[in-house]
Amino acid sequence: MSWSGRKYAVSDTVFFAGAMLGLCCGAAQAAPLNYLLGHGDKAYPVVALTWGVLLIAVAVIAIISLLVAGAIWRRPGIGMQAPGTRLELSGAEGGALWIWIGVGVSSLVLLASVVWTMRVLADVTSPSKRAALTIEVTGRQWWWQVRYLSDDPARIFATANEIHIPTGVPVKFKLIGGDVIHSFWVPALSGKTDTIPGQTNETWMEAAKPGTYHGQCTEYCGVEHAHMGLLVVAQPSAQFRAWYEHQLQSPDPVGGQQAAGQVDFNVHCGSCHAVRGTDAAGVLGPDLSHLMTRKTIAAATLANTPENLTRWISDPQGVKPGALMQRPELSDSELAGIRTYLQTLK
Amino acid sequence: MTIAEYERAPAVASADQQGLAPRLLRIWKTEPGIAGWLSTTDHKEIGLRYIVTAFAFLIAGGVEALIFRLQLAGPNLHLLTPEQYDQLFTTHGMTMIFLYAGPVLSGFSNYLWPLILGARDMALPRLNALSYWIYLCSGIFLYAAFACGFGPNDGWFNYVPYAARAYNGGPNIDFYALGIILLGISTTVGSINFVVTFLRLRAPGMSINRIPILAWGTVTASAANIFAIPAVSLAFFLLWMDRNFGTHFFDVPAGGQPLLWQHLFWMFGHPWVYAIVLPAMGMVSDGLPVFCRRPLVGYTAVALGTVATMVLGFGVWVHHMFATGLPNVSLSFFSAASIIIAVPSAVAVFAWIATIWNGRPVFTTAFLFFASFIVLFTIGGVSGFMTGSLPVDWQLTDTYFVVAHIHYVLIGINVFPVVGAIYFWFPKFTGRMLDERLGHWNFWTMFIGFNLGFFPMHISGLLGMPRRVYTYADGMGWDWLNLITTFGSFVFAVGILLLIVNVVASMRRGAPAGPNPWDAPTLEWSVSSPPPPYNFAVIPTVGSRHPLWEGRVPPQEGDSKSYVEGGMVLDHGRETVGTSPLDAEPGIILKMPQDSFAPVLLSLALTAFFAGLGLHIWWLAIAGLVGAGLDIFGWLWPERSLGETAEPANV
Amino acid sequence: MSSATPASKLPVGAIDTRATGWWAMIFVVFTEASLFAYLLFSYYYLAVQPHPAGTFPQGGTPSLSLALPDTIILLLSSVAVAWAQFNIERNDKRHLVWGLGIAAVLGMIFVVIQYFEWAGKPFTLASSPYSSLYFTVTGFHMAHVVVGVFMLWSLFAWAAMGYFNRIRYAHIHIGALYWHFVDAVWIAVFFTFYITPLLGLK
Repeated sequence: MSWSGRKYAVSDTVFFAGAMLGLCCGAAQAAPLNYLLGHGDKAYPVVALTWGVLLIAVAVIAIISLLVAGAIWRRPGIGMQAPGTRLELSGAEGGALWIWIGVGVSSLVLLASVVWTMRVLADVTSPSKRAALTIEVTGRQWWWQVRYLSDDPARIFATANEIHIPTGVPVKFKLIGGDVIHSFWVPALSGKTDTIPGQTNETWMEAAKPGTYHGQCTEYCGVEHAHMGLLVVAQPSAQFRAWYEHQLQSPDPVGGQQAAGQVDFNVHCGSCHAVRGTDAAGVLGPDLSHLMTRKTIAAATLANTPENLTRWISDPQGVKPGALMQRPELSDSELAGIRTYLQTLK
Repeated sequence: MTIAEYERAPAVASADQQGLAPRLLRIWKTEPGIAGWLSTTDHKEIGLRYIVTAFAFLIAGGVEALIFRLQLAGPNLHLLTPEQYDQLFTTHGMTMIFLYAGPVLSGFSNYLWPLILGARDMALPRLNALSYWIYLCSGIFLYAAFACGFGPNDGWFNYVPYAARAYNGGPNIDFYALGIILLGISTTVGSINFVVTFLRLRAPGMSINRIPILAWGTVTASAANIFAIPAVSLAFFLLWMDRNFGTHFFDVPAGGQPLLWQHLFWMFGHPWVYAIVLPAMGMVSDGLPVFCRRPLVGYTAVALGTVATMVLGFGVWVHHMFATGLPNVSLSFFSAASIIIAVPSAVAVFAWIATIWNGRPVFTTAFLFFASFIVLFTIGGVSGFMTGSLPVDWQLTDTYFVVAHIHYVLIGINVFPVVGAIYFWFPKFTGRMLDERLGHWNFWTMFIGFNLGFFPMHISGLLGMPRRVYTYADGMGWDWLNLITTFGSFVFAVGILLLIVNVVASMRRGAPAGPNPWDAPTLEWSVSSPPPPYNFAVIPTVGSRHPLWEGRVPPQEGDSKSYVEGGMVLDHGRETVGTSPLDAEPGIILKMPQDSFAPVLLSLALTAFFAGLGLHIWWLAIAGLVGAGLDIFGWLWPERSLGETAEPANV
Repeated sequence: MSSATPASKLPVGAIDTRATGWWAMIFVVFTEASLFAYLLFSYYYLAVQPHPAGTFPQGGTPSLSLALPDTIILLLSSVAVAWAQFNIERNDKRHLVWGLGIAAVLGMIFVVIQYFEWAGKPFTLASSPYSSLYFTVTGFHMAHVVVGVFMLWSLFAWAAMGYFNRIRYAHIHIGALYWHFVDAVWIAVFFTFYITPLLGLK
């Protein structure tokens, strides 16, 4: 039995783990969808557990690799022999101790992992505080419909692909499958929960500090699965409240040149998209009432800039091939008009 | 023609008795030419065909992967359209999981089982041929659809509702569904054959504690298939009904349930994962000790661990559904079970390490593959352990971490042992050695390429890269990892190419192997390389776990002497001996069938039936069904030469 | 020359339950039983989901007026097969033929009654999840009965041709194993569709 081998393995593991830790933290900072760094009451215990099982995994790989290497090279091996050579056989009994000790230690580690897992599960199953609000998210090919729920029907509003939440309080989500199965995931705040047609799933999250957190659909859902992102914007309570009240309003009416754009918008876009307080009341695509308050368009695929807006409207299939938004038949002036109108939706 | 008889005291003779070999050869030989090729029931021929066909699919699936790895080499690349990408990645998964990983192991077991168990063929030789032909037909069926642009496009586990007609209007999913059901028939009859062979055809004296671990692995996998395959066949059938006849199993607006698909699929899917690794683990358990010059440490524990893994493997399917919103209380049970299932695997790992530690390694290519496999097995195992932890899995699932995990399992625990097994058993298959120098190059290219290609996927997964995306934006932190992955996958492909070069070159120019080039202990090494059509001139008698090492390693309690030089002759037509399931006491002389066209014709009829269903050519479907019925009727017709009918004269 | 093999007499060929075909049929039955287990799992899985009133089972609790006699007929056909097995073990070839023939006829009566049971349903395959399950599960069973009836007539013909005697009857036992399975699995199907609604699962 090689206790010395194990000692080396332990020191090696500590070194390796340290190196890995540094490397991963560095890489994670630059990767917006990483889940090695979490930011909230739901994320913290899971991140700890993730690191815990990751380090156990790395340690096991290191120990087993060293044991295999040690077993191979602890005495001189034999090269390839001519076919049929009868090499000496070892009849050494024993070795069963390896299995007893190896399996014994493994079982203890596995058991401890189960206990830790169950404790974390108890912590994250539901929030310890009352949720501040409930948001309904519907997964659709290939965007997220978002509705802020309220007991007062007048205080319910819809938006898309960008969810604002207040910091420091839990927020509850109702998840609905709009067409096929998608999976709702904001790695820095919470693990995945699928949106499945025919059932309503629930999850919750809490952001400890303000910031913009990336999310993504992770259940394969068709050709544009790759372009089904979302953003969660966590804001201090007062800012969130202001945003919320603003979203509840219909956008300001437009006049002049912008009114012509609005007419074209209603004709070409209004059967799928809605702008509150206008004739555009479609429900197939995202609600655009406050489009210009969002950081991105096309489900977090493009930054919300005038150029991208033009590009997306004029050639959706070039940006997201297979997307359900068709290329509208628009003259240049109509296109410009619609874009100008959309830019008023603040 | 033999005279049918009710009982006989089998003649006992020496294996080199004058005239015995030519007589057996006449009885067992397959006719030369195309007729013989189509009708043979020789398990060695079938086994080799299985292996070659599976490798053809491995190469096809590998090329598909290389193509889409190019697309993923950098952000925002558009070599493929999304639809092309989706068909490619799905076909890649389907090919590797269904058409390569399972069948290649069936191939080895088909070739090796009668030889390691001391029988003249599998228990049901015609069923064996049927199993191969259906496998080939279903593979062609699935690839024909792919070639016509109708490959599956919903990932290999094919979740509804995306697979439903409303979202997936083409015939793609119909062909996938029917092809997998057809393949399921092949796997089922093959599995039944393995189980019956295991229980009934072991050489006299090969009691339950003397069976090579490869046989334990395959019989465990086969038993699991018998219970698990119906789940996936049914799931695909119900989906096909939904898509073609308006039923409502998964149809949400009418009250169907998408999660029913996931339950049925994973009740099959998880046991299947074990079914495509346990026989490979068995190969290592049998092969590694040969190159450590000692018996496997912990034979009993490893055999029991194999069975225990499978039994537990039926209780963890829900860990593929952790994010579906099931109640956490029930999920926690599956989470614990998914972690604890690692225990029997730990048994095997420490048994292998102890075997090397207490032995003296011989540095052959096969040894390198088997020994490195232990490390890859561990990596694939611990990443599986991580996904078993429920809260962690909510993060890991559907990211590249899981992609890394499944590839460490399928390549690490299937491809590496399989390639090691090729180096180990190629001399038996062909009578020639593979080149060892090229073999070392082969190993190191594959080992480095594999780890270079697939290890970074763990990290891109931890950095949040979702699986099944056809492209990704820059600035996500995944660029360089994907570039390394693509590079590594090409290095790995070069490794596979070196293997093929070695096999092709060595078939002609390899050094002659002789019957037992590795001085290995089991029965297959007691006969010539390649073995004669009848395998054993006389039925061997087994007295220990290591018939060819007796006297050189200490005996176990209860061991007696094995006999391979002399035994029952059994030359009144194709015959072998049937033994009792536990102690392998001889109990019956079994008559084995002649070569037959029934299996290939039945496969064609069934394929016509499925093609008719897929193309909605109903007369073809009916013709196929009637043809299949007639074929089975003729096949099962009681035959005098098989001892199935009464002898009017005697009774 | 040396061997540990005793030179005592061994039976040759397909003998009773030592025939490999009999062992194969055992595992065919296992895999088929699994298939029906998954079918019934699907039924119960969908049954426990919420449904609009009166759609699960659609048309209310199914009537036993045809199903119960049908069940008894199928069980009687199993008895007939058992009788045939009993006869051939005593070398009674004439009653073997009779037993197989009676079983096959009873199987055909089952099919006919089941046809009327189907025709009397107020729904089709595509009406609802329940109707899809009903016709698919009973359809799967029906397919097994039809295969079984073909098999019984084949055995009947071979028996009539004098192929079997008190030693060579493996085919009979293998076929009987399948037929008993088809009958046994009907009990599970019958219990699920006709009895559990009476017990309150609806």
